[in-house]
Amino acid sequence: MEKTKDLTSSSEAGSIKKRSQVKEVWRRFCRNKQAMVGMCMLLLLIFAAIFADIIAPYDPVEQDIINRLKPPSSAHWFGTDELGRDIFSRILYGSRISLTVGLIAVGLSSIVGCALGAIAGYYGGVLDNIIMRCTDVLMAIPSILLNISIVAALGTGLQNVMIAIGISSVPAYCRIMRASLLSLKEQEFVDASRAAGASDVHIIIHHILPNSLAPLIVQATLKIGGAILSCASMSFIGLGIVPPTPEWGAMLSTGRDFLRDAPHLTAFPGMAIMFAVFAMNLMGDGLRDALDPKLKN
Amino acid sequence: MNEHTNLLEIKDLTVHYVTVDGTVHAVENLNLTLPEGKTLGLVGETGAGKTTTVKAIMQILPDPPAKILTGEVIFCGEDLLKKNKKSMRKIRGKQISMIFQDPMTSLNPVITVGEQIMEVIRLHDKKISKKDAYTKACEMLELVGIKADRAGDYPHQFSGGMKQRVIIAMALACNPRLLIADEPTTALDVTIQAQVLELMRKLKAKYQTSMIMITHDLGIVAEICDYVAVMYAGEIVEYGNREQLFHRPSHPYTKGLFACIPNLMEEETTLIPIEGMTPDPTNLPTGCRFHPRCPYATEECSKTNPASKEIENGHHVKCLHI
Amino acid sequence: MLKYIGRRLLMMIPVMLGVILIVFTLMYITPGDPVDTLLGDDATPEMAEQLREELGLNGTYIERLGKYLVNLAHGDLGICYSTKQPVMDRIIQTFPNSLKLAGCSVLLSVAIGLTLGIVSAVKQYSLFDNIAMTLAMIGNAMPNFWQGLLLMLLFALHWKILPASGFDGWTYMILPAITIGTSSAAAVARMTRSSMLEVIRQDYITTAEAKGQTELKIIIFHALKNALIPVITTIGIQFGHLLGGAVLTESIFAVPGVGKMMVDAIKARNYPVVQGGVLMVALTFSLVNLAVDILYAFVDPRIRSQYK
Repeated sequence: MEKTKDLTSSSEAGSIKKRSQVKEVWRRFCRNKQAMVGMCMLLLLIFAAIFADIIAPYDPVEQDIINRLKPPSSAHWFGTDELGRDIFSRILYGSRISLTVGLIAVGLSSIVGCALGAIAGYYGGVLDNIIMRCTDVLMAIPSILLNISIVAALGTGLQNVMIAIGISSVPAYCRIMRASLLSLKEQEFVDASRAAGASDVHIIIHHILPNSLAPLIVQATLKIGGAILSCASMSFIGLGIVPPTPEWGAMLSTGRDFLRDAPHLTAFPGMAIMFAVFAMNLMGDGLRDALDPKLKN
Repeated sequence: MNEHTNLLEIKDLTVHYVTVDGTVHAVENLNLTLPEGKTLGLVGETGAGKTTTVKAIMQILPDPPAKILTGEVIFCGEDLLKKNKKSMRKIRGKQISMIFQDPMTSLNPVITVGEQIMEVIRLHDKKISKKDAYTKACEMLELVGIKADRAGDYPHQFSGGMKQRVIIAMALACNPRLLIADEPTTALDVTIQAQVLELMRKLKAKYQTSMIMITHDLGIVAEICDYVAVMYAGEIVEYGNREQLFHRPSHPYTKGLFACIPNLMEEETTLIPIEGMTPDPTNLPTGCRFHPRCPYATEECSKTNPASKEIENGHHVKCLHI
Repeated sequence: MLKYIGRRLLMMIPVMLGVILIVFTLMYITPGDPVDTLLGDDATPEMAEQLREELGLNGTYIERLGKYLVNLAHGDLGICYSTKQPVMDRIIQTFPNSLKLAGCSVLLSVAIGLTLGIVSAVKQYSLFDNIAMTLAMIGNAMPNFWQGLLLMLLFALHWKILPASGFDGWTYMILPAITIGTSSAAAVARMTRSSMLEVIRQDYITTAEAKGQTELKIIIFHALKNALIPVITTIGIQFGHLLGGAVLTESIFAVPGVGKMMVDAIKARNYPVVQGGVLMVALTFSLVNLAVDILYAFVDPRIRSQYK
């Protein structure tokens, strides 16, 4: 196997048109069927979130007590809930919440985590020790418990849910960033840059970050799925986003009381969560394979 | 062609790697003979198909992507390619064994070296008791110059040269008729290289094993090989005994290889590199594969892939201009 | 080795103090007065004051934290607001249930995950591999509370072959254990597969092949032990997820475990129980991680020689 790899890489180097790195990653990503399926699912989700106003046949909070707990029909594709609201419309609107939580919580935690990890890895010493001990502490608490406790303290609601999920996933980024920094710090191009008089911030942003980007991107993509799941879990036990906001986990939670007679209340929001997480996981795997072909089987 | 009986004869061997990026013509119509008790040096650049050839002999090519398309590998009068998995397993390790290029990665890191040597002994001698196998493994270690009490140590506790000794011990444990060494010294320090080579030569003489030595170091060839085959882009371009090859190199590629070696005897030496790069094996040049880099190439060379010619007794060259 | 374990145990002390600090602070800033919840609407201010004194709710943050830590040093985690039992007793009642459940789930996920992962790696790109890996992807994406509800709907409500809730025997364990174990099984399967694939391509596997060893034995003796190292890490991490996942699953199936106790306690502002519970879970998680690191040493001699 090693041999064929050598041969292909040398042939690529020999070819005249040298593809840029991003294009190469994109090409590998596109060739990965699973990743493409994931991307299509994600695009569908984004589409649903953006155009929920237009696509949704009903108002997500409009009640219609006469038609409550109706099973799926042509009028209500996914049926209606305990207050007669259209589940399909609520799921469409719910995608907004899930995507927002996923993106913002992950964005927040990756920025904070990377900054802390970079500081810890680059400067080392006491600062490193303090930061790493803090991540140890945060990682010792299972994330769902930490999330619940934070939301209990801050109060329920979208913003606090995002903060909670963000805080609990900071340590993971912090560790990845620190680890790749520690290995990159010793590389010669960093020494060369330092010898040329570059500042620390310059070195971190221009030399180290691009080189440690791959594991971070993969982690972030996978974490978006995780964040969507966490948000739904918290809402499910009533410590996240609370009704009447159409949040998938909260919808599941109410559906639980009608499990025996109206299982569609539970089934569809669950599928929506699974759909979103599945899409993100496929994307994450695809990105990992595309960014780091060494890991690809 | 030789008064010795041939232990190994490869006829028309063709191996391709079929990948998404294209088919790699790793080995093409390769013919090779090895007389019993002799050492054959297989020389060539990285990617010439040397390792593929020997792995095809042992049938340990990764499949997929490797495919043996045509050919015969006749060992002791039997075609190995026609053997089933089970009888092939009885040959591997017992009749033919192999020393790998990188001793750092060729030993299993979580198993003691003693157990790893015992494994091959017990595989090919079902009756031997565990204790006897252990004693034998210790003897093998002593033979390669490692104290027997280190049999319980793990590979990471040994240096590179020591690991290669362990691998040699493992390869010789069943007293094989053919030993294949795939660049056994490339990964080692120069001083260790000499020790390991010396050890191999000594043991080869002791056990009267035939050997195929893959290398790109012509110095090693000169030291221990009786026959030499020069490989280029999946083909043998020149084959002969050591005298013939070293004194009368005939193929332009072989000449080029010799021109790359610094000569300490001469006052001023200019190394003459072979121009160009190894061809892309998914897209090989037409005609003679060496013609794009060959200083003597004519138009004819780009059209006809020359057949192998015997220019003197046992000296074969694959070039139009000979 | 013992020295290493001792050092690791010592290092756990500051981490646990950190956990206490975080949870205590979070509970301290949580809005709402537990006394109001406990007494109801028709309580007089005097009664509230008295209860507050009783529960140790008066005093500054530092005073209360100090008192908590001093009590903790004596093995006292405080008093449960609702049952008036010591929190320690409640944990002793609930913790074994959670542990049993987590143990079952780990066994389940390791058994299923390892098998699927190994077979998938060996038969890479086969139909089995494709199906197993798709299942693993789904298992990874499925919210476990949803899966729990579906299982309950099918097996307990629809077919009535398994109990829906409670914890009175091993049959009560099946559905929650499957619910908690699924995503871990998926993670273990994926990790095992990729780790095995990586190992199978190593030179020492070719060496074993060149010795004439059979495929099956190469996988069992040579590949698996090497491939297990990252898998053990995954199992360790998954144990944390199992403890976390138990929070939801125990609530769904009404399993009287630590998870359910904590969720109920958070909702009832029963802070000492939350603090004690989180501390207990974090401690277990850290101990499991230590066990994982010790397990490495058994599998990998290179790591063993580092633990001096």
